[in-house]
Amino acid sequence: MAEVSVRKVVKVYEGGVQAVKGIDLEIADQEFVVLVGPSGCGKSTTLRMIAGLEEISGGEIWIGGDVVNDVPPRDRDIAMVFQNYALYPHMSVFDNMAFGLKLRKFPKDEIKRRVDEAARILDIGTLLDRKPKALSGGQRQRVAMGRAIVRNPKVFLFDEPLSNLDAKLRVQMRTEIKKVHQTVRTTTVYVTHDQIEAMTLADRVVVMNHGVIEQVGTPNDLYHHPATRFVAGFIGSPAMNFLPGRVEEAAGGGLTVRVNPATLLNVPEARRARYAVFKGKDMLLGVRPEHMFDYHEPDMKPGFARMDAMVDVVEPMGMETMVHFFVDGTPVCARCEPSTPAAPGQVLPLALDLNNMHLIDPASGLVV
Amino acid sequence: MMCLPLFALIGGLVVYPFVYSIYLSMLSRDMHRFIGLFNYQYLLTSDTFHLVIFQSVLFAVTAVFFKALIGFILAHVMHNIRGRDQRLWRGLLLVPWVIPPALSTLGWWWMIAGSYSAINWLLTAAGMQPVAWLALTGWARFWVIVVNVWFGAPFFMIMYLATLKSVPEQLYEAAAIDGATGIQKIRYVSLPLLQNVISITVLFSLIVTFANFDIVEILTAGAPANSTQVFATYAFQVGIGAGNIPMGSAVSLFIFPILAIFAIFILRGVNRRTREAI
Repeated sequence: MAEVSVRKVVKVYEGGVQAVKGIDLEIADQEFVVLVGPSGCGKSTTLRMIAGLEEISGGEIWIGGDVVNDVPPRDRDIAMVFQNYALYPHMSVFDNMAFGLKLRKFPKDEIKRRVDEAARILDIGTLLDRKPKALSGGQRQRVAMGRAIVRNPKVFLFDEPLSNLDAKLRVQMRTEIKKVHQTVRTTTVYVTHDQIEAMTLADRVVVMNHGVIEQVGTPNDLYHHPATRFVAGFIGSPAMNFLPGRVEEAAGGGLTVRVNPATLLNVPEARRARYAVFKGKDMLLGVRPEHMFDYHEPDMKPGFARMDAMVDVVEPMGMETMVHFFVDGTPVCARCEPSTPAAPGQVLPLALDLNNMHLIDPASGLVV
Repeated sequence: MMCLPLFALIGGLVVYPFVYSIYLSMLSRDMHRFIGLFNYQYLLTSDTFHLVIFQSVLFAVTAVFFKALIGFILAHVMHNIRGRDQRLWRGLLLVPWVIPPALSTLGWWWMIAGSYSAINWLLTAAGMQPVAWLALTGWARFWVIVVNVWFGAPFFMIMYLATLKSVPEQLYEAAAIDGATGIQKIRYVSLPLLQNVISITVLFSLIVTFANFDIVEILTAGAPANSTQVFATYAFQVGIGAGNIPMGSAVSLFIFPILAIFAIFILRGVNRRTREAI
């Protein structure tokens, strides 16, 4: 096990495309870090540079206290799980898992002990004689993880390992991966574009965009205290709503955000001092769908505000109902109760919990 | 009914010539008398024919081995050249295969035959004695095989390259992370995944090489002293050259059982691997 350090790392492809633009990242021993971001953000390139599968154009990568920039993948003592599993089709499950150990000339009984132990952890003991073609997607994924586990490497690298699985299996395997990490505690770097995967698995999440790191933090940090508009919009499902609005002074010394001529939302007292400097400026009000819900007069608390919505689409999900509407042309989603009276074309009174609001400077994209 | 044209085609182009050549091989030299298996019996006791069998097997097996080996190496080299350069080199390396062998063999003949051939000119220029390449048994056999390899290796290269391109790059990456060196990646990833294509191309090439006529005929015509004679050239010499068509048929039909043995072993391996779901 080891810590991983990515220092000012740059990746420039032929033709001058800069995929990674000088990122810094410190990953502690035994930590589970997830790199998340949209396609082309540089997360997979970063992982592949850690693995040694991509050359580094600039900067340094350290694994376990050593610079590994020029160390080939086989000497980095890492194991990687690929999106398409990359199992050797001509080898049995046992041979797939044992391959790395055989190349490293481990004794036969030690190989068998390690494979059996990994097979027990992953519950694939009955599959050891099969070829990969005779396995389901989930079983192949387990074998790919088993191949990584038996090596007992310093670092596990996962490159979108659940992307090829159906939704149900993905949830199941997510739990399995978390369980495995709780058992073996190997430092793990995991790449995904799925923010739910990132939130559920990670000790810390690294949000990347356009080759740079937007924010690093615990899942709760990112969710409740996003640093940028990108992170605020990327983390959370459904995504955060962004309403253009002007910060204005209210009668009695308060602050309001005017989201349209008829709708003034009072800024909670606790945030007034922080937002006062933006008085008179056009900002973006960020509110998550779960902080917009059915309005019930008796349940209104300090920091709550009422807003009437002309319902566009209603999506019943069982345990909740998503209500979509527009505020001055901006699409907005509210998470309502299953029993909500919302119907398309009708006005629905909504309560906004502004205690959880975010104010974003549209010029810098920073959450203030 | 819809399959009738196919049956007619196979019947006319495969079954009839095959059966007719079996019939021919059982006739006397003047083709008027049925003599059963006498021609085969005669061939099996003929020293010249023993030499033809030895030379045919040596020629085909050695040439196919080197074609496969060179094709395999070239395919890997090509696979690791990126972009436009690969297309250029691939095109250049295919040139020997697309030139009609009768013409290219003639080119080779000019290079190696006689005292004033290009290679001998070079040897002389370097102060060495010219060599009668095609008049010495060992060298004649060597050059016949070299020209066949030169002509056939590009076919192997293109077949292996096509298969290599279908091997997911991530298998090599996984092997690199598992600790494999370049050679080990070839040994444990490329080779097993190419095994079926290698088997099929080797079988195909064995069939074509055993039946090869033009290269040997143009380069040596079986000389010196029948030491480069193969089935096809010997069948031609006996059947057309000496006018003994039944004996020529018998010679050419000898290829069949030899190829059948190769085919059984190779196809058995292919079937086994296919069953194991590679």
